Formats: sequence, C-alpha cells, structure tokens
Amino acid sequence: MGAQLRVYRQKINSTKSMGKLFKAMELIATSRISKARSRVAASLPYANAITRAVSAVASQTEIDHPLTTEPEQVRRAAVLIMSSDRGLAGAYSTSVIKQAEQLHELLRSEGKEVKAYLVGNKAEQYYQFRDRPFERSWLGNTDAPVFETAREIGATLLEDFATAYEENGVDEIHIVYTRFQSMVVQEPTVIRLLPLEVVDEEADAGSELLPLYEFEPETEQVLDALLPRYIESRIFAAMLQAAASELAARQKAMKSASDNADDLVDKYTRLSNTARQAEITQELSEIVAGADSLNAS
Amino acid sequence: MAELEVEIVAADHFVWSGAATMVKGRTTDGEIGILPGHSPVLAVLAEGELAIEPVSGSRISVQVDGGFFSVDSNRVVIVADNAKVADSASAGTR
Repeated sequence: MGAQLRVYRQKINSTKSMGKLFKAMELIATSRISKARSRVAASLPYANAITRAVSAVASQTEIDHPLTTEPEQVRRAAVLIMSSDRGLAGAYSTSVIKQAEQLHELLRSEGKEVKAYLVGNKAEQYYQFRDRPFERSWLGNTDAPVFETAREIGATLLEDFATAYEENGVDEIHIVYTRFQSMVVQEPTVIRLLPLEVVDEEADAGSELLPLYEFEPETEQVLDALLPRYIESRIFAAMLQAAASELAARQKAMKSASDNADDLVDKYTRLSNTARQAEITQELSEIVAGADSLNAS
Repeated sequence: MAELEVEIVAADHFVWSGAATMVKGRTTDGEIGILPGHSPVLAVLAEGELAIEPVSGSRISVQVDGGFFSVDSNRVVIVADNAKVADSASAGTR
C-alpha cells in the first residue's frame, strides 16, 4: 500500500471517529434541550406569581425599601456573567463574555467600578487567563442548574448590595445571560437586577387591576421576604434560559461539526480512491513496460 | 357557594391547583384561615403545614418551608420555596 493511500486511510478513520463523537454530543444536547425548555416552562408559574405580587406591592405603596430605592450615586456595580462549564458549544460562551465586556466598558465610562461574579468554567478561565480579578465564581451544572445555586448567588449578591460602598459593597447589580428565543436564535442579554425598576404605566382598559392587598404581618416584613425571592427567581430564570441556550448552541455546533466530518470523510474517500487508482495504474504500466521489454529482448 | 381557586407553586415546579372551600395556613404571626370572599391579603408564610379543603375529596396537607401567599378575589396563590404534598393529593392534581 502506498504511503499516500495510508495517510488518507488514517485521516478517514480519525475523522470518522470524531464524527461519531460529534454525533453523540449532538444527540445528547438534543435530548436535553426539551428537558431544559420544560424546566423553563415549569419555573414560570413561580416567577409569574412573584412578579405579580411584587408589582401589586409596588403599585400601591410608596415603597421605601433599600432594595428599590435608587442610590444617589452609583460608584460600584456588580456584574454576574453566565457562561458554560464546557466548550464545544460554538460561540456560546464567547458571545456572552463579549456582551459582558461591552457592559463593563459602558459602566467604566460612567465612572463606575465593576465587580465580576462568574457562573461557569469558561468565564472563570477567561478571567484567570487575563489575570483579572473576580469576586466569586460558581462552577458545575450550567447545563442543568439547580435552585440552590440560584439561592446562593442571590444571597451573595444581596449581601454585597446591602454592604456600604466604603466596605466594598455594590450599588447596582447586572446580569449578563443568554436568552433562549428559539432553537436557532439565542441572544446575549443584559438586565439590571437591582435596584428594581418600578415602572409607572398608564392603566388602560385591557390591563388588569391589581388588588389592594392587606399585609400580614407588616408591609416591611412582607417586602423583606418577597424581594429576595424575587431576585432568586430572576436569577434562576436567567440560569434556566442560559442552560437551554447552551444546549441549543451545543446542538447547533455539534450538528455542523458532524456535517463537516461527513464532508471530510467523503472528500478523503475520493482522494484515497484516486490515490489507489493511480497506484494501480502505475503498477499496470510497470508490468506492461516490463513485459514489453522482455518481448523486445 | 363561591369557591376558592387555589394554586400552589414551588420554585422550580408546579405543585397543585384546584378548587377549594377553605385554605388554612400559618403565617409568621399565627394561623390564618381563608374562606371564599376573603379580602386581598399578601402574607409571609412560616415553615409548617398548610391545609386545603378541596371541593371534592379529602383534606390535603402541604408541607412548606417558607414562602408567601396572596389572596385576591377568591384566587389563592401560594408561593413556596419548597412544597411537598403530604397525602391524598392525586384528586386535584393536573
């Protein structure tokens, strides 16, 4: 067997085995997406109930709660970046980190210091490689987040939010995550988590009137209990969306990778066929030439 | 007679919903009972047991560890951090 032919055969074999791997990862991602999406759907009732309660509270009382009052001067902002733990998901982590960098620039240009909180291995690697400081990172389970992580993140952020600027606290909190729009579109998104934005809206005929609640035990205590839950549920919702996006991105990346592998196998098969044919032709012409020279003598 | 429309949700899943004639819960101040026609309330739940008297079937008790609930126009939404239906819950689940 000729050297060239052997090289092609090796390439075909290695491409085939990689193709199998990509295919398997694609299938795994596909099977997990539906689960991730149903988890997004499952978390909706909770998020809706909380949002409704928060907006009811916000619309009827003059809220004077540390979580909703805008600080006079924002000097330090926290940015929570949700990336993935593993690669092989195309531009998923890159694009969310890029979005975070833009936010970073924006906040800096407004004269704010930025403290980074990271979710996922990829963001941590990005920061470590560039020797940039970050406050805390949470690793593991980015493709199947659990509520405990969201609670932990919420607690950490709230604690820093409650701390004064002078003691290394933050004045506002942003989240950068990837919003799952559809199987093909996932969009890096920035939301401001804290302070909450209380939006004044003109009531029209279609909008539902929010009930006038009594509070049990006290307005203050209800808010104290309500707002952290609201934050947690927002963080958890973002994590679930990010997980669904990660899986969709991975599925897409792996699909094109396995398609490319198939194309490469086709190409190398053709090349190896050509090489084999050339070898045969050469051998034939050598035999014919040899026979000719024997006849001639 | 009017009925209460009850919905229990936990952080990452839907727990129970159905019609009920009475809901009894424990707030941080003490027990509170909700009957149809109750005025709107937003209350903080303490850790403990909730009792729901469904329209049909036997009483359901739900174990919660913190959360809050809201009542408005006969709609009761119980938002729990973690909720577990103790027994005979199959009647109203969907």
